[in-house]
Amino acid sequence: MSASSEPRPIAPADHITQAWWDATRQRRFLLQRCVTCGHRQHYPRNICTSCGGTELTDDEASGRGTIYSHTTVRRAPHRAFAPPYVVALVRLEEGPVVLSNIVGIEPGEVRCDMVVRLTWEDLPDGRKLPMFTGER
Amino acid sequence: MAARAPVIAGAAEGSLGVTGKTILELQAEASTAALADAGLSMREVDGLFTTAVSRWNASQVAEYLGIYPTWFDSTMAGGSSYEIFVAHAAEAIRAGRCEVALISYGNNQRSARSRKLGGVIDEHAPDAQFEMPYGPLNPISLYAMAAQRHMHEFGTTSEQLAEVAVAARAWALRNPKAFKHEDGPLTVEDVLASPLVSDPLHALDCCLITDAAGAVVMTTAERAQDLPKRPVQVLGHGETTTNVGMSQIPDLTATGACVSGERAYAMAGIAPADVDVAEIYDSFTITVLLELEALGFCARGEAGDFVTKGRVAPGGDFPMNTSGGGLSYTHPGVFGIFLVIEAVRQLRGECGDRQVADAEVALCHGTGGILSTHSTVILGIDR
Repeated sequence: MSASSEPRPIAPADHITQAWWDATRQRRFLLQRCVTCGHRQHYPRNICTSCGGTELTDDEASGRGTIYSHTTVRRAPHRAFAPPYVVALVRLEEGPVVLSNIVGIEPGEVRCDMVVRLTWEDLPDGRKLPMFTGER
Repeated sequence: MAARAPVIAGAAEGSLGVTGKTILELQAEASTAALADAGLSMREVDGLFTTAVSRWNASQVAEYLGIYPTWFDSTMAGGSSYEIFVAHAAEAIRAGRCEVALISYGNNQRSARSRKLGGVIDEHAPDAQFEMPYGPLNPISLYAMAAQRHMHEFGTTSEQLAEVAVAARAWALRNPKAFKHEDGPLTVEDVLASPLVSDPLHALDCCLITDAAGAVVMTTAERAQDLPKRPVQVLGHGETTTNVGMSQIPDLTATGACVSGERAYAMAGIAPADVDVAEIYDSFTITVLLELEALGFCARGEAGDFVTKGRVAPGGDFPMNTSGGGLSYTHPGVFGIFLVIEAVRQLRGECGDRQVADAEVALCHGTGGILSTHSTVILGIDR
């Protein structure tokens, strides 16, 4: 999917998101949990979107989820991408929804509510990018 | 009408299509035309509402026009910005903060070739780290996923989506200013035969990319008594914002229009059945289906059926997007002002071949970003 010539466009991490990106090096997908109300959220921030609490901690996601919706992209938005490929919203079993790619499944076989699991693509700098694939 | 009730006194387009003009030039053209329509002069403008110009937005436009407004607003809410401006101008007029509000838009994206499939990426925004690495087309892929989910939940079909584009073209054939006016009718088969861009959306499920400029002038009901055109009243409005990132949308098939619509209806004291003509942002065919449901014109999941059998086309019992919409009339990045201009013309009875008979209540709904921002404005006229 990712043509080798050019890396994917990824904006630099900041001090709020650095720990999340660092954890990807160990293939760990961190999810924030609010210490006050237990709400889980992704992407990382310094405030709970449910109760406004400011004490947040990280749990590791199980990596299991279901496809909320999906689309096969037919035209490349950037030279890093080689269509067709599948972009999807995946609802993690812990609750948060993430945007990702579905890999290892033919685009025509992807369905809403399909169960998927986490997999990782290596990035040039040693970090890894979470993606989703069919259940084992 | 109360003396300070806000009304629309003037509305006009500037150049449309492929203009080769600058954004500020387009803004000046449309503003001049709308003020002439209102019978007011640039010197009388004390409120300015505009966005998508530059970092300085209203200040930049004020400087170019040579005015010194004492009330201005450059809220950037994508496609719904201009319904929001009508609402904010209405409140400012009601509160006595301004007397003559100019709401102006101009964009040269087709001439300037400034539109990109991947959209504009703000490096510091969370989606630049967590979403753009996956290569979604922005905004198309989010609307595509909303369509996919709508199909999954409710059995909506690509043929039903295509009906929205087919009806828009039929209206455009009655609008001499429409970009596709000379292109002849469109069929469901034509839409389905156009290339898929981001499944299930085809090229013809997507709005045009054009230049265009438009402006609206608002003032008080009292002032409008001395002006040439019959005043169009702002009966109600509502707005909300739900997300910027694709992953952050609360629900793909129940949009923020549920909230903005409810607030607008309550303020106007009307129900969906009271609307004579609807101008609903058609960035994509799916946008219209989602907003028809959210605005209460049909039940959730039923918009696919609702738009079939020519109901939203000329002669149908639900006149919608009567200019030809973003799909066949014009779409300069932010279409919202053109929803208002068409609604004003319908209420005044100026629409010729596409006139909706005896229209007294019009609803405009702007949708911006990736189903991110929603603003509903309800307009009316005394007959």
